[in-house]
Amino acid sequence: MKNDIILAGVGGQGILTIAATIGMAVLHQDLNLKQAEVHGMSQRGGAVQSHLRISDAEIASDLIPLGNATLILSVEPMESLRYLPYLSDQGWLVTNSNPMVNIPDYPDVTKLKEEIEKISHSLILDAKKIAKKAGSTRSSNIVMLGAASPFIDIPVESFEFGIGKIFGRKGEEMVNLNLEAFRAGRAFVLENRIN
Amino acid sequence: MQKLLLLGDEAVAQGAIDAGLSGIYGYPGTPSTEIMEYVQRSKEAAERNIKRKWSANEKTAMEAALGLAYAGKRSMVCMKHVGLNVASDPFMNAAITGVNGGLIVAVADDPSMHSSQNEQDSRFYGKFALVPVLEPGNQQEAYDMAYKGFELSEKYRIPVMLRLTTRLSHSRAGVKRFSVKEQNKLILPEDPKQFVLLPSVARVRYKHLLANQPNFGEESDGSGFNKYYDGEDKSLGIIACGIAYNYLMENYPGRNINHPVLKLSQYPIPKKMIDRMTNENKEILVLEDGAPFVEEMLKGFQEKGTPVRGRLSGDIPRDGELNPNIVGKALGIEQKIGLPVPEVVKNRPPGMCKGCGHIDVFNALIEALGEKLEGRVFSDIGCYTLGALPPFNAINSCVDMGASVTMAIGAADAGLFPSMAVIGDSTFTHSGITGLLDAVIKNSPITLIISDNLTTGMTGGQESAATGRLQSICEGLGIDPVHLRKIEPLKKYHDKNVKVLKEELDYHGVSVILAERECIQTTARKHKEEAKKQQVATNQSKRVV
Repeated sequence: MKNDIILAGVGGQGILTIAATIGMAVLHQDLNLKQAEVHGMSQRGGAVQSHLRISDAEIASDLIPLGNATLILSVEPMESLRYLPYLSDQGWLVTNSNPMVNIPDYPDVTKLKEEIEKISHSLILDAKKIAKKAGSTRSSNIVMLGAASPFIDIPVESFEFGIGKIFGRKGEEMVNLNLEAFRAGRAFVLENRIN
Repeated sequence: MQKLLLLGDEAVAQGAIDAGLSGIYGYPGTPSTEIMEYVQRSKEAAERNIKRKWSANEKTAMEAALGLAYAGKRSMVCMKHVGLNVASDPFMNAAITGVNGGLIVAVADDPSMHSSQNEQDSRFYGKFALVPVLEPGNQQEAYDMAYKGFELSEKYRIPVMLRLTTRLSHSRAGVKRFSVKEQNKLILPEDPKQFVLLPSVARVRYKHLLANQPNFGEESDGSGFNKYYDGEDKSLGIIACGIAYNYLMENYPGRNINHPVLKLSQYPIPKKMIDRMTNENKEILVLEDGAPFVEEMLKGFQEKGTPVRGRLSGDIPRDGELNPNIVGKALGIEQKIGLPVPEVVKNRPPGMCKGCGHIDVFNALIEALGEKLEGRVFSDIGCYTLGALPPFNAINSCVDMGASVTMAIGAADAGLFPSMAVIGDSTFTHSGITGLLDAVIKNSPITLIISDNLTTGMTGGQESAATGRLQSICEGLGIDPVHLRKIEPLKKYHDKNVKVLKEELDYHGVSVILAERECIQTTARKHKEEAKKQQVATNQSKRVV
């Protein structure tokens, strides 16, 4: 078993929370994990990515080699495209459709969607809408984790264990909100998945 | 014992705690910050009363760490690579004094300059000071080396450098712990003159350091951190330093590599292993993150002996961090690549946060300088360095901590008027104060804005030594109170602030403008914590009911 995941987004959008949650889920499964993240200046609204590698064998590199990612999980549409050189020919791209416009030359969203749809295994979903329906507009990132979860070889219980661990410090209510968000994202993809 | 999921930085911190650390010193700097932050958060560190407060800068941190080690305790100092430039005076001399308790100097380099102004390689400093250097290749080694580094340090009474790079500092993996050791007792050095570097003592100490060099070399050959794996195909031998070993192995799934490989993680370079490498192989490839440090040493000036390939030969790019693809290419292994990035994707550089006080400072400064804006604003290291980018394009320098003040002095000496400097609060107390004292003594016609966000913002909001002290520091330095002005950087005070700036820009002497407003990230964090506290309080009252 080997999953190489690129997490993509903009500094402040919560990709490190996604990474930490997957990390907890991986520990629950007693698998090997390496996860490289970006700290420092880029976190101020710049493009950020995290390389997350899961395997039952020992993992050598902290960075995923080009053309090897089994999944690009992005919380922002333009950012999902930035890491395409990493995607393997069988890999999936799963992205949120809501743009984060913090640069003057942000491209036309329909053009971005066209590019995303050109990828043979891609899914684009409105995580904000799904999060709102699930009860928390601020849980878009966890909706995206739910949406990507069918493409990661970890059982649902382990993801939910991870959410409990990561949000546990913030109280039971936060755990439940994020569990709902996770389940809503996952259900949306399972219902709409095109294989 | 269950593995802990730790960043490389955190693994260093946990290793030090478990080895009986008594105190850690440092100044925040990406990618090293999380070492100290981990110790500050650690419950064990609190229970064990480990000293763990930030210092004003890397030099004061290094000296305090040396003082702790003088008193027989295990001590760590942490910094980013350029921080070691600041700490280099005590660092170089600590190699001569030696230590009493163990001392580890943890330095995190930033190849590719993700968050830095250069990519200098700290291994040169280790060699320069003639001290052992440990370079972990993974998180477990980061832990092990912090733990065992103290033993090495105490065996030879010498500071030991632990060199990290960004990719290891900020990458997480499972780490197993050793047993937790007691802290050392306070014991003064046996020789009361050990730390008195008068020339007569220093000459003796230096000879002692030189005499230890062969021992450090033997430690490298026998420590277990350096490993020689033989291989049948001796057309090429590979030396992989620190994290480069991982990138090498990534290119050989199942570890079936046919060439001899030296995994190099402890310096000075292990002579016996290197001799074997060069004697038994037709050619050597050196893989190292940072500068061609080992490559240059092996190659020598006259390039005699076994041919050496690496960054100098062009097999690996001369600059930038390594990755599995660069290493694979150098080995002639075909590399896959996914789809190209579509043209529609635009760059997304970092920027100041919406509502940040620095923005209002720059807007006021731009209007106050008007046509004179171009080429006269010296700045410094911090979030406000982003004032160099559009839409501000307001600053003309960012060199090293504190250089805004002193470069403004030099430019004013050249006749530039007005000559301006913009510095943050934490950078000011790090290295700006002495420069401002120079300005007062010379009565330089400069205008300094201290953009005070009451925190060390860019590295994640650590406490700032300047908070609540800026006015009295400036007064104490001798700034004329008439030209020590305060503004509140808010949009609604824009006109007022521009007026103050204009008045001071016209003044032919030193003026300082304190622009104080809390970092909005800090404000947001405080709100969150407050909300959490209230949530806990509500839950508790529910339970009581």
